[in-house]
This record gives sequence, C-alpha cells and structure tokens, in this order.
Amino acid sequence: MSALFAVVHRDLLLVARRKSEVLTALFFFVVVTSLFPLGIGADAALLRKIAPGVIWVAALLSTLLGLHRMFAADYADGALEQMALSPQPMVMIVAGKILAHWIVCGLPLVILAPLIGIQFDLDNSSLYVLMGTLLLGTPVLSLLGSIGAALTLGVRGGGLLVSLLILPLYTPVLIFGAGAVYANSVGLDTSGHFSLLGAIFILALAFVPWVSATAVKIAIE
Amino acid sequence: MTAQFSSTFAQSSHTLQARDLACVRGERKLFSNISFDLSAGDCLHVRGENGVGKTSLLRLLTGLSKPEVGQVLWNHELITKQVNQYHRNLLFLGHRDALKEEFSALENLQAYAALDGIDLPHEKALAALWRFGLRGRENLPVNYLSAGQKRRVLMARMLTRRAQLWILDEPFNALDVNAVALLEGLMAEHLTSGGILVLTSHQAIHIPNVKALDL
Repeated sequence: MSALFAVVHRDLLLVARRKSEVLTALFFFVVVTSLFPLGIGADAALLRKIAPGVIWVAALLSTLLGLHRMFAADYADGALEQMALSPQPMVMIVAGKILAHWIVCGLPLVILAPLIGIQFDLDNSSLYVLMGTLLLGTPVLSLLGSIGAALTLGVRGGGLLVSLLILPLYTPVLIFGAGAVYANSVGLDTSGHFSLLGAIFILALAFVPWVSATAVKIAIE
Repeated sequence: MTAQFSSTFAQSSHTLQARDLACVRGERKLFSNISFDLSAGDCLHVRGENGVGKTSLLRLLTGLSKPEVGQVLWNHELITKQVNQYHRNLLFLGHRDALKEEFSALENLQAYAALDGIDLPHEKALAALWRFGLRGRENLPVNYLSAGQKRRVLMARMLTRRAQLWILDEPFNALDVNAVALLEGLMAEHLTSGGILVLTSHQAIHIPNVKALDL
C-alpha cells in the first residue's frame, strides 16, 4: 500500500509542476461541451435530450487526452525501470498511477459536470444522476485507459493508437452512463444502469491493474 | 556534516552468481557462457567494445530482462523466485538518469526513497547532496543542473539507498576529475562495508580488488 501512496503523491506533485498539460484536458472538456449549446441554439428540449451523450463523449475524449502521459514520460527517462526495480509489487505502482490519473483527469469532470449540465438546461435530479454516473464511470475510463497507455509504450505515434485501442472498450461505460441520465429525464428507474456501471467498475478494478502491470513489464524488458 | 555509510551491512554473506548466461538480440548471439561468482566486497568490471552486450548483461543481472540460457542467483537462489527480496538489495543505474526534471535534487531523492521503502530524513538527504558538491542547489529543479551535476545527484542516491548490490552502467560518464575521485571513494566505501559492485566503464578504475570480465 505504501507504494501506491508514494506513486500517487509523486505523480500529483509532478502534475502540480506542469499544470498546463492537465488544464488542457479540462479546458477541452469545458470548451467542447460549451460549443454544443452555442451551435444548436436555444432549443431547450433538444439540448436536454442530447446533454447526456454530449457530456459523456466529451468526458471520454478528455480522459483520453491525458492517457499517454500516464507512463510515457517515466518510460522515456528511465523512471519506470527504476519503479520496476523497486522492492514494491508492480501492480501497486501501476494502481497508484491509475489513481493519480483519475484524480487529475476524472475527478474534476465529476465536479465540473453540474456547471456544464446547466448549459443544457438539465434539472436538479438529472444533474445528480449525471454526477453519479461520472463518479462511477470515470475510474473505469482511467483503468481501461491504462491498458492502452501501457501497451503503446515505446510505439511511435502511440497517442493515436491508444484512442483506436481504447475507445471501443469505453462504449459500455458510455452507453450505461449516458443511458442513466436519459432514463432519469424521462422518469424511468436508473438503478439498473448504476448497478451495471458498478459491476463494470468492480470488474475493471479486479483485473486491469494486473494486465497493465504485465504490459508495462513487457515494455521495459 | 558529512554523510557516511550509516552502518556496515548486518550479514555480509551475500553472493551474486551468474551461471552460463547467454544473450540473444534478434538473430545475433551477443555472448554466451558467462559465469562468475561475487561475494561481499567484490567488484566486477565488465569491459568490451561498443555493442558487445555490456548493458544487456547488466540488465540480465537486474532481472529486467530474462536470459536466453543460464541463471542469475542471489544468495544461491534464483532471482526470479525472490524478486522483491532481491530488489530490496539492488540498486541499478542505467544510461538514463531517471531523475524527474521538474523535481529538485532533494525531491528526487525523497521520491525514490518513498518508492524504495526507505526512511530518509530530510537532514540525511541534504547531507548526501552536500557531500557531492550540490550545496546550494538542492532545491533547484533538476533541469537546471548540468549532466555532471545530475550524476552527482545519482551518487547521493547511491549513498542513501543502502543497497548491498550496485549495478552501474557507465557511472563515470560526464563526471569531472573531482567527481570521478568522489565516486571512486564512494565505491571503495561500499566495497569495504561488504557491498558488491558490478559496473561497466571504458576507463581504468582505481579501486582495490577489481575483477575484470571481458566480453
């Protein structure tokens, strides 16, 4: 466990030193989601209808922006090698990196979501559901994304490849995340969506760190 | 205040053994039948031309890559059977310095200490940096340091890491005359306190009891 916190502390401190990279991803999320209401105009009914999809797609893309950074810089300067040689299990180190990525790229989206939702004229209960799905869904995005980030280490043009590899894996999260907000807005029960999102999260949490740790080990061999 | 080795290693019975190591890169066989035994206080100098496989040999010894044939044993046991135990005793420094440019020298030391599970008090880290001539630069981001100064930060890490086995790839690169002497002193201290050292270098090294291995 100490390894996990050591990595999270280190990665957050690094992010604090290079704020621009993180702010780019967040700014992207805000700008993209703000462009839709501006482009579509003041049709409140239409905006309410497209809001879940637009916000969720923007969330997927903005987490994707920060993904390549998860391992690439440490791989390039040899720090990843040193982590692999530390007396800590690689799984814990990778889990720490995933957690740090979520804190930086996922958590702010959850917090920003109500502000964005207001632009789409979402009511209070929809905003709560939106935040709830993002809270359950964004950790899955960071987890699944780590597989892509680890597999493309040392590959030229890896950033683009990550999107191709990972975006298809994101579709279940997108479907149930956006689906819950839509279901709530038409007065349907959302507990099924939340259960499925939770199940995906638990499954990802149970398997992904091991998969990513193996991929990282292969990359530095 | 100078930083010294805090204590000699409790049991100095550690051994590193290589048995018939062979390395293949692509179609080419780099080396084969490499065997040696190192025990406390031994230093192995791996020599050879560029591209002959020195770095590959060192990476085999760390366990970062797997040998085509042969075994690496730490205390008479395969390193793959006791990865965490082996890594606790191992410090490997490669071509790349693995220092984060955004961190200061001090923060780099502390970040690695946290990862390596070592308790490193602030004063001890400072003393280690001061010993290698980085007084006044301990809080400067590492990307403001020269290549030689970065190497000095690594020397401070060698001092504070307290590992029994050092595997160093070209540790004398980019060092000035004074720093070379400092590093040789550090290595001699490590060996006399019961450590084991494996290094590659193209220059002659002035440490007692050096075994040479020509690839």
